[in-house]
Amino acid sequence: MRYLTDRKRAVGKGASGTGTEHHWWMSASAVALAFMIPTWLFIVGTTLGADQQTVISTFASPFPAILTALIVIVGMQHFAKGTEVWIEDYVHGTAGKALKIAMHSLAYVIMATALYALGKMVFIGLLLGN
Amino acid sequence: MVQFTLPKNSKIRVGKTWPKPDAKNVRKFQIYRWDPDTGENPRLDTYFLDMDKCGPMVLDALLKIKNEIDPTLTFRRSCREGICGSCAMNIDGINTLACIYGLDEIKGDVKIYPLPHMPVVKDLIPDLTHFYAQHASIMPWLETKTNRPEKEWRQSIEDRKKLDGLYECVMCASCSTSCPSYWWNGDKYLGPAALLHAYRWIIDSRDEATGERLDALEDPFKLYRCHTIMNCTKTCPKGLNPAKAIAEIKRMQVNRVV
Repeated sequence: MRYLTDRKRAVGKGASGTGTEHHWWMSASAVALAFMIPTWLFIVGTTLGADQQTVISTFASPFPAILTALIVIVGMQHFAKGTEVWIEDYVHGTAGKALKIAMHSLAYVIMATALYALGKMVFIGLLLGN
Repeated sequence: MVQFTLPKNSKIRVGKTWPKPDAKNVRKFQIYRWDPDTGENPRLDTYFLDMDKCGPMVLDALLKIKNEIDPTLTFRRSCREGICGSCAMNIDGINTLACIYGLDEIKGDVKIYPLPHMPVVKDLIPDLTHFYAQHASIMPWLETKTNRPEKEWRQSIEDRKKLDGLYECVMCASCSTSCPSYWWNGDKYLGPAALLHAYRWIIDSRDEATGERLDALEDPFKLYRCHTIMNCTKTCPKGLNPAKAIAEIKRMQVNRVV
């Protein structure tokens, strides 16, 4: 039981002064991904059924390699920030905070793993003389 | 944490069925009842009305039930023409005003509940204390710093037109209580009604606190809990568009930083 006025409950701790940057980033990255992912899928489509060496040499070339790296970085950040919002929506308190940390960690692990795999392909591609 | 099931003491049980009148054109009404004084769970009472002797609106039916069948049925009402916003309730699954919602718009039995996800005071009366306090928190009045003019604060016809579709809001809470974000985070999220009013003052050409108003909304919960699902716009009994107003506030916030 707390003797707070209705107004005090409504105002709470006031505005945090953040939110717009997150909103803008999510909007901008969504637009960027809407262009990047179809292009990337098209590149993946061209390698379907090809042998390993062709796939490696395709992804070792500059445009597919940079595009893949961008999708991994932007996409995983978009994922992390997006899950943050739905966790805030539905899970409150300590569980919510723990889940947000877990989802951010998962995003960065996926990002690091994907970039490592991509780097390996680029490196092998360069060795093969792409 | 989101509640997927109702708490034990909120589960609705089958209530009393009132006698059916001896008439041809009879309609069944199922109405949520809860009396805090009894300590019992809410119940759904069933009433039957002779529609040949009932007015065309849901509020007419409620008044007929209260006057002729069950005087204990409790609900708010005042203007009976969609101006006061008192009789907002959930009718046939839609948050709307009982006074301007026609019985002919409902197919089958008429089911009436209080506005969703709000504490209930009694029967169809929700506790709107927090909702009103949130409205007050957005400073719903003209804020000026310039000395008061001799006659009036002037406004061009074009600028006045910008307030159309905003000033008509009657604060019935239909929109806010239809919003899942408001259900789960209503303690911090201002909700569509308060944000529509906030926008009404933000774009008022006479108001001199635009920056302060935007500052007060710059928050992941107060403003950005709106995910544009547009339940608010769909349900508004006055045909307003709170989702658009919120989108405009977001656009103004982005324009300040980008």
